[in-house]
Amino acid sequence: MILEHAQVLVVALPLLAVPVCALLPSRRWPGQFATLVAWAVLGFAVLLMAGVAEQGVLRYQLGGWAPPWGIEYRLDAMAALVQLLLALIAAVVFPYAARSLADEVDDGRVGGIFAALLLLLTGLLGIVATGDAFNVFVFLEISSLSGYALIAMGRRRRALVASFRYLIMGTVGATFFLIGLGLLYALTGTLNMDDLATRMPPLSASPTAQTALVFIVAGIGLKAAVFPLHQWLPDAYAEAPPAVAAFMAATATKVALYVLARFLFGVFGLEQLLEVPALQSALQGLAVAGMLAGSLLAMRAMDIGRILALSSVAQVGYILLGFALFSTAGLAAGLVHLFNHALMKAALFLALGAIVHRVGSGDLSRLEGVAHAMPWTMAAFMMGALSLIGVPLTAGFVGKWYLILAVVEQGQWWLVMAMLVASILSVVYLWRIVEVLYRRPAVLPARHEAPALLLLPTLLLAVANLVMGMHATPLVEWSMRASASLLGAGS
Amino acid sequence: MTGLEHYNYWIVIALMMSGLYALIARGNLIRKLIGLNIFQASVFLLYISVGFVRDGAAPILAPGVDSYSNPLPHVLILTAIVVGVATTALGLALAVRIHGAYGTIDDDQLDRQRD
Repeated sequence: MILEHAQVLVVALPLLAVPVCALLPSRRWPGQFATLVAWAVLGFAVLLMAGVAEQGVLRYQLGGWAPPWGIEYRLDAMAALVQLLLALIAAVVFPYAARSLADEVDDGRVGGIFAALLLLLTGLLGIVATGDAFNVFVFLEISSLSGYALIAMGRRRRALVASFRYLIMGTVGATFFLIGLGLLYALTGTLNMDDLATRMPPLSASPTAQTALVFIVAGIGLKAAVFPLHQWLPDAYAEAPPAVAAFMAATATKVALYVLARFLFGVFGLEQLLEVPALQSALQGLAVAGMLAGSLLAMRAMDIGRILALSSVAQVGYILLGFALFSTAGLAAGLVHLFNHALMKAALFLALGAIVHRVGSGDLSRLEGVAHAMPWTMAAFMMGALSLIGVPLTAGFVGKWYLILAVVEQGQWWLVMAMLVASILSVVYLWRIVEVLYRRPAVLPARHEAPALLLLPTLLLAVANLVMGMHATPLVEWSMRASASLLGAGS
Repeated sequence: MTGLEHYNYWIVIALMMSGLYALIARGNLIRKLIGLNIFQASVFLLYISVGFVRDGAAPILAPGVDSYSNPLPHVLILTAIVVGVATTALGLALAVRIHGAYGTIDDDQLDRQRD
């Protein structure tokens, strides 16, 4: 009974938990409650993953209304993968947040902040669960609004400005997406994504369809922080409370990239994409520009949060590059890197959060020798950094490796060069951090490790990076399957 | 199919451009929010125009009427309006907090106070 509705419950459960969480008294309860909800969501996500492995595509008609009139929830291999990723990151980050956020904000705000965190999770899960294009917009805005509120909770007053600017940019992006959907609806008379995919091919030469495509790509590109629409991201993630930054850096841009892939390949389809002049080369160009610009900017930043955020801009470039190859191997490589990047960026931001918790700052100039006081946190940070660089046996290597294979398959050697250059730049900006953190004399005189509740989730994610690097086959195979089914269905 | 026949779409474009301009060019955070609202309103109008059928009646079944406006875009945009209201409310709340923390809501002056 519950299993049959799991597809909806995975979204409804955190949504229903939001008001409860907001009303819970005490400093500890909201965080613990949110953690329980996240673990339940993880349970559902694992069940649904098994369901998709067995049956291919899971469908659920909301209220029993048949599509394309009713809203249909549709879970295929790609959606199931991203859903599992969201649930995993939430399950690991929420217990961490239960400790770190509760310590950072005033008493009265603890319930609200965890309510916002659950609402963010709801929105992201909803985007992935639904098969209705307008529903995507609604969930996108649910997640974005709660995201703005969470970023504004940062320690410094700068967080307010970062949040406001993100709000303006994010809303413009969402409105662009809305314009694109309106044009698609005017053209086809449907909002169901499967239905759209079947009606689009005969209309591929229509200027309305091409305009819609451009609006949707620009709007979602803004949410995904695709270069040069990334300006909101460094401030937003650097100023947000570290637990929030860890969760959002690992999930929010990834879900936007998922929406991009869904619309590019699952709604418009390859033929339509090739119909728009220069779309492919534009996407590839932006991907490479993002990889290089993000890495170059990260080399100059002084705040660790900012460095990590800018490196996210570069990593979004890698994932976009995979998508922009318009091939099964490229999309699969993009999905692998999407999953793995979430693991490494979450690990890095959680390690940073542990450092900020002890030292009170994430600024490089105040963190000399912190590594000697916090060896375990630093080990996790190093693991995440190695993975980010793409050292073999780490998760980061797998995504980049398959990306290079996919690029070579098309004979585009300049893209391989660009990826290598960006990887070398990442060594430079990460080495700067490591060098300062190991320098002597140390700011913290004695051993002063982070509390266990902060350390365990961080180490868990660090180990996950190693495990995913050494046992990459299941993820790669699943991504290949997701990519093949999406490209097969879309064109 | 002359240009003027679709005057509603021209209004949409004019509103969209003025909204975006205000959003980008104005330094005052409240004016930015007003620009954002104008920009969003233009999209609401776009949806309403899409659903409108010339000489179509309101979509309530009645004897003798066989041409109805499409209610779906109107319902969709009702949702988008609610989202817009929530966004504006949050934006205004942030502007109040920014004024409290910095004593100004001018974008340039906020940039000058680097911390």
